[in-house]
This record gives sequence, structure tokens and C-alpha cells, in this order.
Amino acid sequence: MATTVTPGTTAAAAPSPGRRRRGRRGLPLIRQVRQSVGLQRGMLVAGLVLTGIFLLTALFAPLLAPYGYDQLRDSSGPFGAQQEPSAQHLLGTTVGGYDVLSRVIWGSRTALLVIVTAVLMSIVLGVLLGLVSGYFGGWLDRVLVVVADAIYAFPALLLAIVVGIVLNGGESSLVGGIMATSISITVIFVPQYLRVVRAETVRIKAEAYVESARVIGAGHWRIMSRHVFRNATRTLPLILTLNASEAILTLAGLGFLGFGIEPTAASEWGYDLQKALSDVTSGIWWTSVFPGLAIVLVVLGLTLVGESLNDLADPRLRTRRRGPATPADVAATSVVPAAAAVPADRDPVRGIRP
Amino acid sequence: MTTTTTELPGGAAAPDAAPAAARRRRGGGGLGSYLLVRFLLIFPTIVILVTTVFVLMRLTGDPITAALGGRLPPDELAARVREAGYDRPILVQYWEYLTQLAQGDFGTALSDGRKVTQVLTTFGAATLELTVYALIVAFVVGIPLGRLAAFLRDRWPDAVLRIFAILCYATPVFFAGLVLKLVFAVNLGWLPVAGRASTGAEIQLQTLEGRTGIYLVDALRLGDGEVISDVLEHAVLPAIALGLLTAGVFLRLVRTNVIGTLGSGYVEAARSRGVSERRLLRKHAYRPALIPIVTVIGLQIALLLGGAVLTETTFEWKGLGFQLVEYLQARDFVAVQGIVVLAAVIVAVVNFVVDVIAALIDPRVRY
Repeated sequence: MATTVTPGTTAAAAPSPGRRRRGRRGLPLIRQVRQSVGLQRGMLVAGLVLTGIFLLTALFAPLLAPYGYDQLRDSSGPFGAQQEPSAQHLLGTTVGGYDVLSRVIWGSRTALLVIVTAVLMSIVLGVLLGLVSGYFGGWLDRVLVVVADAIYAFPALLLAIVVGIVLNGGESSLVGGIMATSISITVIFVPQYLRVVRAETVRIKAEAYVESARVIGAGHWRIMSRHVFRNATRTLPLILTLNASEAILTLAGLGFLGFGIEPTAASEWGYDLQKALSDVTSGIWWTSVFPGLAIVLVVLGLTLVGESLNDLADPRLRTRRRGPATPADVAATSVVPAAAAVPADRDPVRGIRP
Repeated sequence: MTTTTTELPGGAAAPDAAPAAARRRRGGGGLGSYLLVRFLLIFPTIVILVTTVFVLMRLTGDPITAALGGRLPPDELAARVREAGYDRPILVQYWEYLTQLAQGDFGTALSDGRKVTQVLTTFGAATLELTVYALIVAFVVGIPLGRLAAFLRDRWPDAVLRIFAILCYATPVFFAGLVLKLVFAVNLGWLPVAGRASTGAEIQLQTLEGRTGIYLVDALRLGDGEVISDVLEHAVLPAIALGLLTAGVFLRLVRTNVIGTLGSGYVEAARSRGVSERRLLRKHAYRPALIPIVTVIGLQIALLLGGAVLTETTFEWKGLGFQLVEYLQARDFVAVQGIVVLAAVIVAVVNFVVDVIAALIDPRVRY
């Protein structure tokens, strides 16, 4: 990397160094699978399988889906609304007359697009802000932390709704809908990345090697990009998997509240569930169960992977083959630092620091 | 989603431990000043959120155009906008908005002309009731199961429980609600499909003087057994749908923390004295592991409020969330903004209260 690295390129190059390094050691995740035993291995493998199926479905949706996501009729006439599962429509048809199976398969594509866009945007912004905030400190740091804390503590879905209103005012094409949802999710995630990267940066800044670099006259950007960045972003893959699952849930939540993507623009599971709400009362189960299951399985897969990686990286939680117990006071080695997680479990001392 | 993040508070405070220790040595940093600082921090939090929401909402233009644009001739629209004062400089409007908020005025809905504070008093009780039920479900399900999982660590019940916890998280509340409805309300017919009470019970509740809006309380005061059971029956499915979401979090948290405390020095010391594993769990490891739960409840409030919006929509539970969705569909963004800002205030205040409780229970928090 050149000596003068602008913040933009630093962040844009975010995923590459780690990937390259892991590439040399063999495929990523293989090490973790080897390291795990018993139940933990089972969970990791199950998660990987589910995630793999999700990715393949999203990639090959046009080949797998029997019909288009907005197809209402084929050569033999219209599909008809709320048809029970049959040979022609394996999972039945929706109230709008779409084929449920096709909508479920196409929906994976929308979900994947949203995950990728949202996570990329959050990482770029969050890592950049976190590095700057942690490295330079001062009033900018304080302001960023207070703002991040405020946003962090707020109901994510409500914030996403507000952002959704701003971005599309309700109507959504495919690109518009995906961007709106992704930006909504980004707004929620940036504080998390900011806090994680900032905490790590503050810690790394005090390390001897950073000081040595400074002594030999390295500039701020060089230190940040070469010394701090690589070490501070070590933990990001974990947060990434967990955030990917949260992104799906937020997307579905927005869709369920009517901020989704129109059925003619793309297929979205949350939207389909909203339309299925009234079906349930009349005992029509296939319109809601299948899109719902799709959400659950994808989130489950991603969460299992994230969880297992986190447990494996944390000596307290790693399942041990027989051996002496690890002492409990190893908090500092936890790979996901405080506040890395989704709203569920947050840093207990959040927002108290002046 | 990671269980590791909310450790016992001592560990998480590590980066700032040094200055905190210095402050303690100087004799400052007692409970009083901690509470004061924590209290004062409510205000910037609220102001930041209010500003964020205000700026975001105004990026799209004024609410009147958003609600009525295209339905009124342009000159009439402009007149309305001028009348409501939305054509003035944004900073003037911002300042006016802040002043209004400071006086407890959250704005007036465009669609039905109700004050947002009135919407709160009408529908807030329903959301509060639902949230409390959900928390009860979460406690009853999450804490004992988490303890069990920690005790049987790495054996098959632990595996089942951990997967259950992840499933709780992985299932969107509205899908959980739909499935519960499908099974218990439609197919088995055991419980009502939607609503807070059946029409008959609603009418009886309306007759009560000085209603609280919390149906269970009102029903108890009414003293009619049928109404009470009717109200409770309606609450079961929504409470489970929303409660399971948090139950998973509690389960994981209790599990991780009990495992943590079971490996800590003082438990090791007790073990070496020959205290049985069961007693170690019950007397030594369990209680300190509950402290983080208190802190997490504060954060769960945010999750529960978001979840309540979805649950209320699923079950037609006429609370704040249900109303929010109605306003969203009517494109009444003044009301939406009001409710969202209100949520910000609630979250900030609840977090403050939770932090105070945590500080009272655990001296390590107040540094």
C-alpha cells in the first residue's frame, strides 16, 4: 500500500487483506470446522449448509423457480388465487395469484442483494468512522460516540421506517426498494461497526508497534491503514454474519409493514407475509408458512455460522476436549468486543462514558 | 446476537477502567455523581434522536405535501403549507419543534386531528400491557432454561436449548404470530384469532368509570370472571409471540453468564471446599449471572417496542404500533414523527431507570 492512503481507499479495501491472508492458509472456515468438536461442529456445519443453500438458491433463482416472481398465468391460463398446493404449483398460489414456490425462491435473491448492499455500506462507513474516531479522539470522537449510542439504543425498526419514508415515500421499484431498505439497515448498523472498530483502535493505538511506527516517522494515514486497520478489523467477519441475519429480519419487518418492494418489481418474503395475514384466519396456511420458513432458515443458518465462529474464537465458550478448565478471567480475548452484537445483547455500560 | 457481549459489567468496562480507577482514588465518582451524569445524559440522547428524525423527515419535504400531494390543486396545497408554517426556514421550524417538545407537545396528527400525546394515552396502555406480558413470558421461559442449559453444558439438552434460543431470534415475531394463530386459533380453535377482547367484553369494559386502558386491570376492577378470562385468552398468543423473541436473548445471556461464573475464582474456591455442583449453581453462580439481565432489559425495551409494532399488526392489538402503521398507511408523517420521537423518549427514560437499578445492585457499574 502506498504511504499516502486516503480514507476512502482504506475502507474500500476493507475485506481484501484478511481474505488474502486466509487464502494462503487454505480455505476460510476450514480451520474453524477442524477446530470445533461435537455439537459445536454440528452447529457450524449445519449453519454453513443452510447458508450455502441460501446462496445457491439466490444465484440460480432463474433456473430453480418454475415461474417468474410476477407471473400470473402460463400457457394454460391464469394460476388463480389461493390455490392449494398441487402438482402444478407445489406450494400453492398466493392471494394475488402468484406461485408461492417461485416467490420464495426469487425472494432469496432480494434478500441477498439487500444483505450485500447493506453490509458493504455499513462496513465502509462504520470502519472509517471508527478508525478516525478511535485514532484521533478529541471532540469528534465524543460527538460520534454520543450519536452512535443514541441511535444504537433506539428501536431499529422505527428508525428504518423513518429512513424508508424519506427514501421512497412508500413506493418502491427493485433498485429503489433495495437501496431504501439497505440504507435503513445501514443507519442501524454503522453505530455497531463504529463502536467495535473504535474500541479496538483505542486499544491498538497504545500498542508498542504503533508507537514504533510513529517514532520512525510514519504518517497518521499510514499508521491507520497499515497498523491499526488490519488489527482493528480482525473481528468484523463475525459481526458481519450476525448483521446479515439482522438485515434479513429488518427487510422482512419493513416488508411486513408495507414498506417492501412491490410484487411486480421483485419478490420479498416480508411483503408476502403481510399479504398472507388475512389468509391465516380462513385456514390458508401455505401462503404464510413457506415465505416465513425461508426467513427462519436463512437467519438460522447465518446465525449458526456467526455464533459458532464467535464461540470458537472465545476460549471460555469453545467446547474443549478433556483438559484443564480455562480460568474465567479472559474477557480481553473475547473476539467480539463489547457492543459488537445486535440489539439483543448490548454493552451494559453503554452510554455512560463521558 | 453474540452471547459474549454482555458479560458481567466489570469486563466490558475494561478500556475505561484506568481513568475510572484514578477517579475513585481521588474520592469522586460516587453513586450520586454517577446518577447525576447518567440523568443529564438523557437529554443529549433525546435531542440527537429528535434531530435525526426531524432532519430525515424533512429531507422529503413538508408533511402536508407528502400526505395530500397530487390530491389537491397546487395553489391550494401551497396555501395549506403556508398556513401550517412549513414554508418558513427549516431552522425556525426546528427550533419551534424543539420548544413544543419541551412543553410536552408532540404535534397533531394530520389525518384525524388528534394530538400525538392523546394517541399515546389512548393506545399506550395497550402497548404497555402487551410488553409486560411479553417480558413475563421471556422471564418465565428464558431464565430457568438458561440456567438449565448452563448446568447441562455441552450435553444434548444444552444443544436443544441453544438451538431453541437461536430459533427464537431467527423467527420474525410476525411469522411466529402467524404460526401461533394458525395452529392455536384457527386449527385447534382454543384461542381467539385477534384483538384485545371480544366485542361483548369490550362493551362491558367501556362502561367502567375511570378506565386505565390496561384491559386486565380494568377487567379485574369490573370483577366479572368471564371478562377477565376473555381478556387473558386474547393476550396469550401475542404475549408468546413477542415474549419468545426476548426469551431467547435471556436464555443465552443466563447460560453464558452462569458458565462464566461457574468457572470464576470464588466458585472454584467453593468447589474445592467440597460444595456440590448443584449447590454451586444455585447459591454461587446463578445470582451474579442475573445482574446483566437487568441491564439487558433496558436494551430489550427498544427491541420490544419494535417487536410490538409487528406483533400488534399481526394480532390487530390496538396499541401504539398498530396506530403507527395506520398513520404510515395514511401517509400522516406528523403523527409518525410524533410517535417515533415519543418512542425515543421512552427508550431514553427506561434506559436511565435500568442503569440506576443496575448501579444500585452492582457497585461495579458505577465507576
